[in-house]
Amino acid sequence: MELINSHPVLDFSHGKKVSFSFDGRDMEGFEGEPIAMALHAHGVKVYRHTPEMRRPRGFFCAIGKCSSCFMVVDGVPNVRTCVTPLKKDMKVETQNGRGSIDLSAGGVA
Amino acid sequence: MKEYKTDVLIVGGGPAGLSAAAEAAGAGAEVMVAEGDLHLGGQLVKQSHKFFGSKDEFAGTRGFEIAKILKNEISQYGGRVKTFLDTTVSGYYPDEGAATLMTGEEEYFRVYPRKVVVASGAQERLIPFPNNDIPGVYGAGAVQTLMNVYGVVPGKRVLMIGAGNIGLIVSYQLMQAGVEVAAVVEGMPRVGGYWVHAAKIRRLGIPILLRHSVKRAIGDVFVTGAEITEVDERFNPVGSPTEIECDTICLAVGLAPSGELLWQAGCEMKYVPNLCGHVPYRDRYMRTSNRDVWMAGDVSGIEEASAAMIEGRIAGLAAAESLGYKVKAEKFEIFWARLKNLRAGEVGDKIRAGVAQVVVDGWEAK
Amino acid sequence: MNAPAVFESGVLTEERPGAVRPPADLWKGKKGGLVIVECPQRIPCNPCNTSCPVGAIIAFKDINDVPAIDYPKCTGCAMCVAKCPGLACFVADLTFGDGVALMKLPYEMLPVPAKGDRVKCLGRTGDAVCDGTVENVTEPHRDRTRVVHVSIPAEKVNDVRAIRVV
Repeated sequence: MELINSHPVLDFSHGKKVSFSFDGRDMEGFEGEPIAMALHAHGVKVYRHTPEMRRPRGFFCAIGKCSSCFMVVDGVPNVRTCVTPLKKDMKVETQNGRGSIDLSAGGVA
Repeated sequence: MKEYKTDVLIVGGGPAGLSAAAEAAGAGAEVMVAEGDLHLGGQLVKQSHKFFGSKDEFAGTRGFEIAKILKNEISQYGGRVKTFLDTTVSGYYPDEGAATLMTGEEEYFRVYPRKVVVASGAQERLIPFPNNDIPGVYGAGAVQTLMNVYGVVPGKRVLMIGAGNIGLIVSYQLMQAGVEVAAVVEGMPRVGGYWVHAAKIRRLGIPILLRHSVKRAIGDVFVTGAEITEVDERFNPVGSPTEIECDTICLAVGLAPSGELLWQAGCEMKYVPNLCGHVPYRDRYMRTSNRDVWMAGDVSGIEEASAAMIEGRIAGLAAAESLGYKVKAEKFEIFWARLKNLRAGEVGDKIRAGVAQVVVDGWEAK
Repeated sequence: MNAPAVFESGVLTEERPGAVRPPADLWKGKKGGLVIVECPQRIPCNPCNTSCPVGAIIAFKDINDVPAIDYPKCTGCAMCVAKCPGLACFVADLTFGDGVALMKLPYEMLPVPAKGDRVKCLGRTGDAVCDGTVENVTEPHRDRTRVVHVSIPAEKVNDVRAIRVV
């Protein structure tokens, strides 16, 4: 992971390292920190492709407002990965287009 | 669905919201603070530089230390201030006096506050240029979050767009994080931020290219460079563009107030370019045209965090007073005087002119 | 770029209110040195004044005023150097040695140099003006803004404003 190891005025304290997967690849990140931070630290820049133009999109605002970093997390599309905390064994996937929801899983009558 | 009641709901746990919480709770009110991020402090937690202003605004203290001071201040009120992290206020229903909130993606609940202080801050602006949507074009605040909050290297070589305070400060912070800054590009003929912030990065060798603009981002999948060009007074390109090698284009081209909830609350709004967007009319107590709603910080107009903290104190105190809690009237006078001082100089001209367009004598008088 | 345009990009090109050199007569004999403030824009800020233990940075009537200095009071202690949020205060001691001046410069980068290190001394546009020797490194307010004391050729005191550890 590309982390800042020494800094003249800041000290970083990270939480527990946990494993998660990104598009089937095993990765490690810090529990409780946003998913996008872990991905960026691993050099992952493309988080989704847009519905119509298929443009690559990634990290942008980091405050959960711009929708650039939407990904599929544990099967749920359009998750704001810049503000969603990483948990152990999360399954993070690049989102293609709008994403779809699994109707069989939601208890739809 | 869970429901809560509180005296004052504060939307946003940044410098304005925490200051409002401290004053409202200090006056005796029960306060709830809803913060969308995973921690309190808003943009303060990303600020590794020392603040300007006077001692009252913690001048000479680093931003992230100010966040700690404010958190300590509200913690002394114990259970009177409840904070909800990772929690977005998704709606406000003025007729029912209800706010809808969500924690994370799943947990929805309702709050019935007697009064509301909206301190929801701002969001970054984007400027149009080809390829501005590809990964590697990042907001300046996002770059700060990566490197100053989570200690992640944002890139190897950054081109900064905008020489306002944010662009200048983030350039300095990038150097502190060991990242190379190729240049700062600014369309105006002078830096928009404090001159001393510019001097700080110039003497470390970062060029500031005035009257320049970014023409396009280069890269198929992510940024591998940028084309910049000199511009004339009307921002039309002059001469042939220059290619800059970089893996990150950092946009520090301004902020816009995040006033969605104020619109929902029916507050009278006005577009004020000097305050960078649509902002509510307000009286001196930061009360909006909706008698139950106050506001503070960037949502009332883009300004420095030092001003946001004072506005927050005014709004929090006024909201508590409206509920019958005893407050010392001279406190308002002190806060107004501090705000006036901060805005007194040339750099405050723009803010003063902007506020003058939306300040009312008092809603009672209308 | 012409001089006014260079100034507008954050580079001091000449003396102006808030950015003047100490009076030469007093300066040349003053042990400990005198402060040089380069803060030519009216902004709401006063920690240079509030951090000065001897009242050498004159109290502001309006917080937006540019700093004014009562030079005879200045001891060159560098408290303002370490406190100024704009890193706009510097101290130059012309009595350090024959043809050698001691500069006390704010420093918030890595690596932190050690006494005896040779460093590059930078001018206002980041150009290497000369080499210098680190004589001391202090951290007056324990807030990770260091003050690096570096000896340089005396004729460079009006040019050197930063260091780079090489």
